[in-house]
Amino acid sequence: MSAVDLYRTVRLIRRFEERAIEFVRSGEIVGGIHPYIGEEAVAAGVCAALRPEDLITSTHRGHGHVLAKGVNPARMFAELMGRESGLNKGRGGSMHAADFSLGILGANAIVGAAGSIATGAAWAHRRRGRDVVAVSFFGDGAMNEGMLLEAFNLAALWQVPVLFVCENNGYATTMPVAGAVAGSITGRAKAFGIPAFTIDGQDPEKVLAATTAAVDRARAGKGPTFLECLTHRLDAHHTFEHRTRLTYRSADELSAGWSRDPVEIQGARLTADDREAVNAEVEALLDAAAGIALGSAHPDPAAALEYLYASPEVMH
Amino acid sequence: MPKLSYLKALNRALGDEMDADPDVFVLGEDIRVAASNLTAGLFARFGPERVLDTPLSEQAFTNFATGAALAGLRPVVEFQIPSLLFLVFEQIANQAHKFSLMTGGQCKVPVTYVVPGSGSRTGWAGQHSDHPYSLFAHVGVKTVVPATPADAYGLLLSAIRDNDPVVVFAPSGALGVREDVDFSTLAPIPLGVGRIARTGSDVTVVALGHLVHDALAVADELAGGGVSVEVFDPRTVYPFDVDGLAASVAKTGRLVVIDDSNRTSGFGAEVLAIAAERFELIAPPRRVTRPDGAVLPFALALDRAVQPGRDQLLAAVRDVLTSGGRG
Repeated sequence: MSAVDLYRTVRLIRRFEERAIEFVRSGEIVGGIHPYIGEEAVAAGVCAALRPEDLITSTHRGHGHVLAKGVNPARMFAELMGRESGLNKGRGGSMHAADFSLGILGANAIVGAAGSIATGAAWAHRRRGRDVVAVSFFGDGAMNEGMLLEAFNLAALWQVPVLFVCENNGYATTMPVAGAVAGSITGRAKAFGIPAFTIDGQDPEKVLAATTAAVDRARAGKGPTFLECLTHRLDAHHTFEHRTRLTYRSADELSAGWSRDPVEIQGARLTADDREAVNAEVEALLDAAAGIALGSAHPDPAAALEYLYASPEVMH
Repeated sequence: MPKLSYLKALNRALGDEMDADPDVFVLGEDIRVAASNLTAGLFARFGPERVLDTPLSEQAFTNFATGAALAGLRPVVEFQIPSLLFLVFEQIANQAHKFSLMTGGQCKVPVTYVVPGSGSRTGWAGQHSDHPYSLFAHVGVKTVVPATPADAYGLLLSAIRDNDPVVVFAPSGALGVREDVDFSTLAPIPLGVGRIARTGSDVTVVALGHLVHDALAVADELAGGGVSVEVFDPRTVYPFDVDGLAASVAKTGRLVVIDDSNRTSGFGAEVLAIAAERFELIAPPRRVTRPDGAVLPFALALDRAVQPGRDQLLAAVRDVLTSGGRG
């Protein structure tokens, strides 16, 4: 993938998020979102290494992952706004965005839950003779969830083609990593025999290179790889912080994070003209997407429990 | 006709369905050697990718099954101990069950969870003796409790073929039940359709799983005294066959439910609530259950004291026959 393409992805995620925050403030998005601002290089670099048929599972902070995997921004905005034209027809919202046609098995709001879902899905595809790799994104907070460690064990035992991508943004909500993780993050994966690497999560090209090596390894039948991507969450844990003004990190810490803005790091690799052209392209795309979403129908309240069962005929 | 045991019927259903559908596979602890006998012979027939022995990591392998289902397979997860379902309630109630609605119908999660030996196994004490079907019904997970070998066969087949998560509770008290079966008549039994296990005209007893056999014994005993008991076995706790029960109660006008789960918010409470909303009863209904908040004690006499039994059922039936103002 070219430098321009990677820049387009990080820029798209950044501007999508900034617009989504505006929609939270204007009330078009109810309930708020978990902004991904500052972490765009991880989603962009990882997904650039994947094929369309490869799978991802995402997190409560998942907009970047699904955009990088290729979802239609209009359908993503519509999902956040709870519209019928949304990815999940307005039934999932920000923390459950899924698009099975693009291999997106859903954002998951239970921290650490999706590691084993991705492992099972990747195992199933291999059993059916398909050359599919799955990526499970999770944060540093998930490293303390037992079920994720159980998933590492299964993936390593059975040499499943799955990548574990830990977005270490330094905080689990307000809990700093140093106060939460005994030992090291990569050490936990290594304990299961999984090769584990700590990489710069602010540089899309470095993330792409590390992921490509891990994906090649998975496709060669050598099993899982663990990538710890050091990154910065430069906005709130959740937009409720914009009102509650939680203080758990210093201005210096935040400004140090902004000095390594992935959009700027990748943008600096483009000519001014190319960068301007991509920016204009992204704005036009998001203008159109927002317009489509805002013009979409709300679901019919009578259909509130539609899709509850895949086999509804059994139910009375 | 040959005798078929309940446990062998489950084993046969699983093997038949694995034969018929290459997407079906079973995973769980100690299933290679078939510790519970549910998977007896299946490893030799189908190999390690279809009979997947798992480490002791219930939360991961339950979600692993969800992932495999999302990728097109039809996993059957075996739990050797019913109380392990508490450990994986998140993975079933909060993950597998919710995927269809949350994704706007983009996917299906056809996972079957089988518990061969639910409820008291006598002497297994507090953490191995729960019978938590009411919990799964409460959150809307399809929940099945077969009573007979033919039903165990047919309902497990339907559970595996269903496109949603289904929990199949095989009560330990029913595993040894045997019946004469013409194997050529074994067939899938639809979820949500109950059966009349015994016809009667004076009172309807609703019973599930092993308690169907206790209800039949009580009915036999009362028949000697001229009381005609109808035994209704819903087979599926959720969805519940309201119409089937309505037809029975329309005939008898009296209702007792026996339920091997705790009293408050349990299956028995639900049946009585349905009755209060829907039926014209001659006498107030009764429920025979485990006590509120019960934990099964170890000592045999204490274990038995907590479980609903024939004596209590007999008393409850006599009570509804003698109470009520319109009889």
